[in-house]
Amino acid sequence: MTTLSQTSFKPTRTRRRWRDNPVIDFAVSQPLGVAGFLVVLVMVVSAIFADVIAPYDPLAIDFEAMLAPPSLAHPFGTDTFGRDILTRIMYGARTALTIGFISSFIGCTIGAIVGLASAYFGGWRDMIVQRGIDLLLSFPIIVLALVVVAMVGRNKVGGVDLNLICAITVPIIPRAARVVRSAGLSIREMPYVDAARAAGYSSTRIVLRHMAPNVLGPYLILVTAYIAQAILLEASLSFLGLGVNEPTPAWGLMLSGNSANFYQTAPWMILFPGAAISLAVFGFNLVGDALRDWLDPRLKT
Amino acid sequence: MTEAFAFRPSRRAVLQSGVAGMALLATGPQAFAQETPKRGGILSFALAAEPPTYDLHGSQTFAVMQRVAPHYSTLLRYKGGAYPEVVGDLAESWTSAPDGLTHTFKLRTGVLFHDGTPMTSADVKASYERIRNPPKGVISSRQASLGKVASIEAPDPQTIVFKMSAVSSSFIDEVAASPWNAIYSAARLEKDPAWPIRNIMGTGPFEFVEHVAGSHWVGKRFDKYFRQGYPLLDGFRAITMSPAATVNALVGKQVQAEFRGFSPAERDRLVKGMGESAKVQEGGWLLHQDISFNPKRKPFDDPRVRRALSLAIDRWTASRSLGRISVLRDIGGVMMPGGQWAATEAELEKLPGFGKDMAANRAEAKRLLKEAGVENLKIQLLNRAIEPYITAGIFLIDQWRQIGVTVENHDAETAAWYASIAGDNFDVVMDSYTDYTDDPTTGLPKFLSADKWPIAAPKFNDPELDDLYAKQGAANDKAERRKLVRAFEARTMEQAYTVPILWWRRIVVMQDAVKGWTMSPTHMLYQDLAEVWIA
Repeated sequence: MTTLSQTSFKPTRTRRRWRDNPVIDFAVSQPLGVAGFLVVLVMVVSAIFADVIAPYDPLAIDFEAMLAPPSLAHPFGTDTFGRDILTRIMYGARTALTIGFISSFIGCTIGAIVGLASAYFGGWRDMIVQRGIDLLLSFPIIVLALVVVAMVGRNKVGGVDLNLICAITVPIIPRAARVVRSAGLSIREMPYVDAARAAGYSSTRIVLRHMAPNVLGPYLILVTAYIAQAILLEASLSFLGLGVNEPTPAWGLMLSGNSANFYQTAPWMILFPGAAISLAVFGFNLVGDALRDWLDPRLKT
Repeated sequence: MTEAFAFRPSRRAVLQSGVAGMALLATGPQAFAQETPKRGGILSFALAAEPPTYDLHGSQTFAVMQRVAPHYSTLLRYKGGAYPEVVGDLAESWTSAPDGLTHTFKLRTGVLFHDGTPMTSADVKASYERIRNPPKGVISSRQASLGKVASIEAPDPQTIVFKMSAVSSSFIDEVAASPWNAIYSAARLEKDPAWPIRNIMGTGPFEFVEHVAGSHWVGKRFDKYFRQGYPLLDGFRAITMSPAATVNALVGKQVQAEFRGFSPAERDRLVKGMGESAKVQEGGWLLHQDISFNPKRKPFDDPRVRRALSLAIDRWTASRSLGRISVLRDIGGVMMPGGQWAATEAELEKLPGFGKDMAANRAEAKRLLKEAGVENLKIQLLNRAIEPYITAGIFLIDQWRQIGVTVENHDAETAAWYASIAGDNFDVVMDSYTDYTDDPTTGLPKFLSADKWPIAAPKFNDPELDDLYAKQGAANDKAERRKLVRAFEARTMEQAYTVPILWWRRIVVMQDAVKGWTMSPTHMLYQDLAEVWIA
């Protein structure tokens, strides 16, 4: 029995030490998350090093190569201006990530603060904020973004359209606020929050210093999940002609314009940008889901 | 100008179709005339835009013309199947005095308005006076075209006389045969000069039935129309739909025609989808894609900078390549390529931006920018978020990058685009211009000073250019007038306030069953539908 007991104990201890490393633990417990992470990593590397690794200039027109099918010279083919689609997808990752990350980060941060404050104050203030959120949530995400784009127009600063980011951020705020408020309602009842209140700390301090760190888990999951939503929204707005302008490489934009006219004769014009959007959204969603499962203590028991 | 309508297949799909309509086109418009017209039927056609007004006098858009033209008549009209030949419409005959200062029109008798009242010279006078001196609350888009008219007289009910203060070599095209100069009822105008803005009542082949905004516009045959045997149709129905929906609607036979035009890719999809029922007609288009520079902003106040940016555009390559993916195709100066006033290829090549040696052009462009002190120029391009503007914009940005110019593109919605132009809020703007006749007097105002063409995008003052325009308008000798047009063109390209990139190619696809409609280089003509019939 002793021997058996020792035999069963040793591997357990080894496994635990090995899995004490959170990265390894995540990799082992969330293989789909790792797959998503790899997709995201490829996207990030493409975006950062596009200048070095992309085979062509993303803006250069080459009429000799107009509508060329996939080949060794152009693995993803070319568009109606002879521009290399692989190159434009690599540079398009830059647009998607920049807008996706900034919009998601700002939207989730504002949403988290609003949600926590609403939960903390409760009462009539919570009711007013929640009805406002209900109102915003009643609009489909794309409709709300379209309304914002139509209202604020365009405002490019340093090559980034701030109003487009604003249009994508606004629909994220109420969704993030609703999720964080749920977490905030239970945190509000915690003894340390009562203690902070009893100690005379200001409401701002209690919300930001004592409650906010405790919703970091759901917040990170939200940011990751909404990057995917923001990428999809940016692609949708660009497809509708309300997002990024030509000739900036952007995945949604690559699906619009002449692509609609040539999708039958040159299907690669829509196939590869469409796949890029799907993969990016899929990758971020896998990472988000994996993070949620990994951080949720109930799923670890 | 004689327009070649021979079909030019450019894609495999077109070649494969082998449709009967194309065979017809190869023989020219006369082929249609040989068929025996059939009476009856309702023509359904698609229109991509809603009319902002019903008033032809105050409009410039096809959205108004193609709906409203079937309800009205004009003094003269362009003869069906024989563009640009002009024949009488309300006028039975007309004469011009040898000095060119008096034009007399004899009107038909027995012409009735849709309300049953007779049309007389008083109606013609009232209509032209409304264009010439628009009352308060009335917009006249062609007031300038009657600038040389000293008086309009109606000595008897069937005679109308235009007395001129100076010779106008384009009077017949620009004034008498203009499809915009519809004849309204004097009685209605007397009660309310703004009446035609929201009401329809003319002497045209079709009576107005209804307009449901965003949906449709319906007309029915006017049985007392003055041209015996016309119209041939029982009525028409203009349906509002997007260009993308129009392609599907034509394939699905929900509509029988669209008269403005399609892109080459849309044409190919239509031919493939419609098969033998597709009739394709192609030709030049009195429509040019331009860029205009804002001379109120530095460095665009410097002609060297404007000329350098025009020089950098490889129009010859653009013609070959953009013509495959858009309606941008023909290379031309200020007059329509292939038209009687157009520059020859040799004449064009001498103009800045039209030479075929692009290496030399770009070297010269860089030299000019350096000389102007703006080697690393950064500019904002204001573009309109529709095709083929977007295509032209992508091409331009690439061309300017090749001489070291960095471009920030801004594709604006139509309303914002108009507002930016009106407010001079642009560096460089993508623009276009169209009219219904290849006459220099109607075609050249686009390139004039702001005080001569108030809606111009670039607000500049160039007396030399304006003087050349005035001289060509007064020249009775065609050779002399052509010389003046060439001088105007050279000055336009050198100063480069506004320069053409390429001219559009008109591609019309309709059901083969639609007969009697005349293809022309403008989508503003032959829209009264009197001679159209359905086989």
